[in-house]
Amino acid sequence: MKLDQLDRALLDALQNTLPLSCQPFGDLAARLKTSEEEVLARIAALKETGLIRRIGGIMNSKQLGYTSALCAMTVPEERIDEVAAILNQLSGVTHNYVRDHHYNLWFTLTSPSQAALIQQLKALEQACGLSILPMPARKLYKIKVSFDMGAES
Amino acid sequence: MMYEDEKIRRIIQFLQGDIPLESRPFQKLAVDLEISEEEVLERIQDLQKQGVVRRWGAVLRHQQAGYTCNAMVAWKVGPIEADRAGEAMAEFHEVSHCYLREVSADFGYNLFSMVHARSQTDLAETISRIADVTGLDDYVVLNSIRELKKVSMRFFD
Repeated sequence: MKLDQLDRALLDALQNTLPLSCQPFGDLAARLKTSEEEVLARIAALKETGLIRRIGGIMNSKQLGYTSALCAMTVPEERIDEVAAILNQLSGVTHNYVRDHHYNLWFTLTSPSQAALIQQLKALEQACGLSILPMPARKLYKIKVSFDMGAES
Repeated sequence: MMYEDEKIRRIIQFLQGDIPLESRPFQKLAVDLEISEEEVLERIQDLQKQGVVRRWGAVLRHQQAGYTCNAMVAWKVGPIEADRAGEAMAEFHEVSHCYLREVSADFGYNLFSMVHARSQTDLAETISRIADVTGLDDYVVLNSIRELKKVSMRFFD
């Protein structure tokens, strides 16, 4: 999909300055000097192509009392799909990647409490018959999930 | 009558999904909660102030946004240099996430950054600039070979 200038401006604004109002898309349209219908139609198209995953709130799991860890495993090549299926059953496993390292499977696990996290890890280790290396965060320096789409300001 | 806790829970469940693509996306939620749209918005603003809502807006798929080359880079850093290095990494707009983690001695790389680029050349160049700026020279680039799952966390489900 070829993005024009309005698409780029829309994507930048949707990520960083979407109004929190009764009519957020209408208010955004007014700022971009276009109509609400146009904004809604373009967002629908950008979702259709998969560029926009969703529009909503990005939550801070820690503020909700949840705890999480990045975890690594060494999984024999032929067992990757089977192990991934076991891990991915858990809704708290939100990211899971095969990476080019001796530790070849990397996933994040988010749980409602520290105790639940430890228990889930133990259950996963048993279910997979493999050990898991948990790496809980000690300090956050940055979390930014918006991308500069290069709109001219 | 719905308790305030339950209203907040429902608002969080609403926000963590994909809001309806319509002129007044909060209207139906407000009706369900038996409060006005303005009262829904006030509660969301409070959640933002409390830091429960980190950001409000669109979440993009970075591959489709042109950032096709991404790597998790794990750096070895000592306790004294950790903050300075982490803060310096955070300054790079190519770095989306940066965490200091507790790791076992046999892995040893404890400062993690997600680096995004539009090409392999740009990615390598950015990683070497980060190394220069932070002075960290012991690191491992963990390229993703295959994505097995990527979803947003859903709370209170």
